[in-house]
Amino acid sequence: MSDAKGIAAVPVPGKGTYEVRLDPKTFPKKAGAPAQTVLPNVVVQEGRAKFVLFPFGDRGIAEPSAIDRIADLAASGLRQGLIVAVAAVGLSLVFGTTGLINFAHGELLTFGAIMAWYLNSSSDGFGLTLVVAGVVAVLLGGLLGLGLEFGLWRPLRRRRTGNVALLVVSIGLALFMRSVFQVVFGATPKPYEQYAVQRAWHVGPLDILPKGAATIAICAVILIAVALLLLRTRLGTAVRAVTDNPDLAESSGIDVGRVIIATWIACGALAAASGVLLGMNQSVDFDMGFKVLLAIFAVMILGGLGSPFGAMLAGVILGLAFEVSTFWIPTDFKTALYLGVMILVLLVRPQGLLGVKERVG
Amino acid sequence: MDLGQAFVDGARAAVSVPAAAFALAAVGLNLQFGYTGILNFGQVGFLLVGAYGTAISIDGGAPLWLGILVGIAAAIALGLLLGIPTLRLRADYLAIVTISAAEILRIGVGTRQLEGLTGGAFGISGFAGSFYDLNPIPPGRYGVGDWSFDHRTLWVMAIGWTCVVLASVLVWLLARSPYGRVLRAIREDEDAARSLGKNAFAVKLQSLVVGGVIGAIGGIVIAIDAQFTNADYWKSAFTFFAYAVLILGGVGSVFGPVIGSMLFWFIYQGLDTILRSSINDGYFGDALTPTDTGPIRVAFVGLALMALMIFRPQGLFGNRAESMVDG
Repeated sequence: MSDAKGIAAVPVPGKGTYEVRLDPKTFPKKAGAPAQTVLPNVVVQEGRAKFVLFPFGDRGIAEPSAIDRIADLAASGLRQGLIVAVAAVGLSLVFGTTGLINFAHGELLTFGAIMAWYLNSSSDGFGLTLVVAGVVAVLLGGLLGLGLEFGLWRPLRRRRTGNVALLVVSIGLALFMRSVFQVVFGATPKPYEQYAVQRAWHVGPLDILPKGAATIAICAVILIAVALLLLRTRLGTAVRAVTDNPDLAESSGIDVGRVIIATWIACGALAAASGVLLGMNQSVDFDMGFKVLLAIFAVMILGGLGSPFGAMLAGVILGLAFEVSTFWIPTDFKTALYLGVMILVLLVRPQGLLGVKERVG
Repeated sequence: MDLGQAFVDGARAAVSVPAAAFALAAVGLNLQFGYTGILNFGQVGFLLVGAYGTAISIDGGAPLWLGILVGIAAAIALGLLLGIPTLRLRADYLAIVTISAAEILRIGVGTRQLEGLTGGAFGISGFAGSFYDLNPIPPGRYGVGDWSFDHRTLWVMAIGWTCVVLASVLVWLLARSPYGRVLRAIREDEDAARSLGKNAFAVKLQSLVVGGVIGAIGGIVIAIDAQFTNADYWKSAFTFFAYAVLILGGVGSVFGPVIGSMLFWFIYQGLDTILRSSINDGYFGDALTPTDTGPIRVAFVGLALMALMIFRPQGLFGNRAESMVDG
């Protein structure tokens, strides 16, 4: 049923090709009939609203202009880039302090999104509103990070397990967590109870969903908070010191173990926040985190491994660049750009934008 | 629950074509990870380009031998593309780039824009007729009771396991040669190897490419067996199964990956039969349905991979000193 402006929104379960049908019996008498009532082969992309038009009468409606489309792409690129940046900062912090690239990081994202879904939308959940559910999910994500540090990574470091072995362990963990999500949560994507379908705001050439704007604001606040924590607090200084040189930090009286615990909590919480925001803008899926992992890695490499500020910068750059590039190239090829960027950066400037040169090679 | 059936199913899977292909993938990984210490998390990408290279060229009219050569050439190209930017850097870079490349290749071959070349989401099918025309085995079923295979499957199995033996012998010859000692020296201490005048970068690149080609042959074997290849088959979990196979059998041992693959498939398929029958018998009530057996098995593989890497990194037949636990 369309509203006063003639817009009707239909939620769909996920990306795919759909057929859009109008029921001619429901038209008001005086409206006449549109040129066609069935649009076959409507392709819906992951995480995006797809607009289809049924023009009534013979007036026709103009295609959106190039400026409008680029503005919309830039907004969604900024949103996507910031979500990825929030996750990448967490991964960067842990890599900086422990030297581990956690291949299960995507699953920490999914964990946050799924926890929020159970608190928010599950029929036997608590029915919390998404804002509350999201905050609780972030806390649970922090707890999961803490649990993994105490239950897995710290004992392994005590055993002096090598870094390469730890990477394989993190792969095993990713495989395990993803499969458990698939069994427990199910294989079909599910939306949150609130904000699933929204009307766009029109600002100049820009059409932006309120949840998209909120996501950009929340991510910006999170990233600024992390930056201030790192730059202005004693804990942040300690984190940076351990990242720089763990032995020197230890010998100047910094409790490295506590710093690592703090970074794991931050990593889990940031990943969960990123997952909830991603789930709000798309829908919650058992392998959503793994799908974003490629983008997170590309951001980490462009920003410099272990550099949280580099991850913030690279997230925004790559998000904007990739989304806007779909104006010229087919959307499906966007992912190939990730690989291109990684290979190019590693060839030209392997330490990344803001990385430290010594750490490489 | 039928343990006898689980045993037969497991025993059939242990010698099946997928087991041979996983053995090939793991033999390749063994050369890369076990002997040279390079962390290829995108082995499935090599299998994918092998399978697609062969399928596309035969589908386009090339003879069988040329198709297989194209598959192998594609794997060499992929190895160079991924190795040249990353192998000078720390081990993590290669891991990140290879896992990303494998996933991007998988997404790429499934896209609509490449439908003319790769068949998009539908994949390519029915290209291996010329392989089956060469089958010397007379039609019929061979084996004992349920543990039996038809002449077509047996033909692919024979070729697949022959490739496994040839690849293992190749790795064995490489490992006991002076070249193998260079590989191990790089794994143990790259700087030391470099300071003795060994070109560590070139040797690592060769190891990545040769291991990738062995994996690509595994991909070709799978594609020929199924007469079909599409994007969904080559998920990144494939690579991690290959790691589980390798670590189960023994890192840095010649026949470890082969035994590992047979054992892996025996357990994996046996577990499937046990899970399925106990779910159908209602042991789990409504909590699990038969479709859950897939992810539950994968969860077990993930746990096993972690446990093996932590508690027994040398696997069943490996030598602890060879298994780069302190990497």
